[in-house]
Amino acid sequence: MSGLEDLYKEIILDHYRSPRHRGELDSPPAHKAEGFNPLCGDEVLLTFALEDDVIQELLISGQGCSISQASASMMSAAVQGKSVEEVRKLTRQFKVMMSIHEESIGAEDPPSEDDKPFGLGDLEALKGVVKFPVRIKCATLSWNTLLTGLDELKV
Amino acid sequence: MSLPPDLKSNFPLLSQTINGHQIVYLDSAASSQKPDVVIETMNDYYRTINANVHRGAYQIAAQATEAMEQARAKLATFIGARSANEIVFTKNATESFNLIARSWGGQNLGPNDVVLISDMEHHANIVPWQILAAEKGFELRWIPLTPDGHLDLSQLDRLLNGVKMVSVTAMSNVLGTLNPIREIADKAHSAGALMTVDGSQYVPHLPTDVMELGVDLLCFTGHKMCGPTGIGVLWGRAELLDAMPPFLGGGEMILDVRRDGFTPNELPHKFEAGTPPIAEIIGLGAAVDFLDSLGMNEVRQHEIDLTNYALRVLNDRYGEEITIHGPSSASERGGVLSIQYRDVHPHDLSQVLDQRGICIRAGHHCAKPLMRELGVGATARASLYVYNDQADIDALAESLAPAGELFAR
Repeated sequence: MSGLEDLYKEIILDHYRSPRHRGELDSPPAHKAEGFNPLCGDEVLLTFALEDDVIQELLISGQGCSISQASASMMSAAVQGKSVEEVRKLTRQFKVMMSIHEESIGAEDPPSEDDKPFGLGDLEALKGVVKFPVRIKCATLSWNTLLTGLDELKV
Repeated sequence: MSLPPDLKSNFPLLSQTINGHQIVYLDSAASSQKPDVVIETMNDYYRTINANVHRGAYQIAAQATEAMEQARAKLATFIGARSANEIVFTKNATESFNLIARSWGGQNLGPNDVVLISDMEHHANIVPWQILAAEKGFELRWIPLTPDGHLDLSQLDRLLNGVKMVSVTAMSNVLGTLNPIREIADKAHSAGALMTVDGSQYVPHLPTDVMELGVDLLCFTGHKMCGPTGIGVLWGRAELLDAMPPFLGGGEMILDVRRDGFTPNELPHKFEAGTPPIAEIIGLGAAVDFLDSLGMNEVRQHEIDLTNYALRVLNDRYGEEITIHGPSSASERGGVLSIQYRDVHPHDLSQVLDQRGICIRAGHHCAKPLMRELGVGATARASLYVYNDQADIDALAESLAPAGELFAR
């Protein structure tokens, strides 16, 4: 059994205590994506502005535990100004890091060599979550929500 | 009379350590631990008389059948049923509700009808009705709550207008609230409706008499009352069960099958298609014996005392920092304590407690409509049973402060 310090790293607690990019953009024109974790009742609402396939701004609202809130906050910081393709790539890498089972990666969307050069940076702090399997869904909620939102745009 | 002080020693799981700490199990509202006698009874069944029931003419098949039917009779006595034939074995309380909705509801509900439930129901007493309502077009109506976590019955007469079935919980799995079932049942009957009760949290913790409760149908589950998983109960008045069509079809539930149709079996077998969970039924019978040996009045008194202790210790120590949902008096509630502590998310709280070997439940407790009423996404829930003691409450109380410090914003 791992200690709590593997889970609650200082940078995670910092994002939890001071979440970045909180709020909602007017939608429309901004796009909107909503996600729920049916196990614990966590909710996330993403609103984001796209221009030329680039995320100009992404804001987060909703409620949840420290892991889901910190992960959302770190995601919001990581995706600002990135192209949709870059965001998809980052999300794939993040989900690979968060996966304990092959199937949770999604067979239709396997990681490729392309994904490697892209660093996860601060996001690697969330790696410890994998040692607490029931919390993985907390960490991936906002990312899956963003992917669903992007898929719905068909871009 | 009170419960034996060394009761924990009857529950082998409770002797282990988790993360270096003696386990403190505070999640019995989700599932109770099992005493040795239940585990041994199930093992003995498999070691000595394992055979299919109601079929073979050989000795062990007869013994298995006898043991299973004895368990049915124990259940009947335990809840004050008039006959063992009124005890239908299901998989769990959820299946019992689905049986009622499909069988009774399928036969009796149509577009102009109403089923009345409440804002504090478990999803098991919501979703089966919603599924059926989508097919049949009846209205699902909700009894609201008062601010202190009781059912608001001030408008009950109006709410009962047009209602054919009232289905409410005897005790909330989130708030611990004990509801006035007799009063609601009497009013339901006066309005021409039937009364179903969710006894999942009630039957394991309080003396239960279905005749005194004045209800028509009762659903509960074995694993919350020291019994195994995979076994639930539906009790119903015989005349009502007799009039209901079968739920699942297959072996055991028929008297005769022809090319042109079938003749359903007698009660209770009419509702027990296929080979039943024999070991689980016999194990549940042993759990009933165990609870009977403690005495359900003593079980209730123990939980009142411990709930009072918990409310006092937690409120004294944490004051404004803690909110305990539900009625403030232990006499109006069971030993279920849904806690908000500072702004620590329940998931994080339970994670920190787990490091100290303390098991509580974090989440919406399968009661999302209630969570919305409370204005929270989740709660941290500590729930008590016969094996808990003041030391368990002290361990919980000790552990909230460190969690608060870790997540202070």
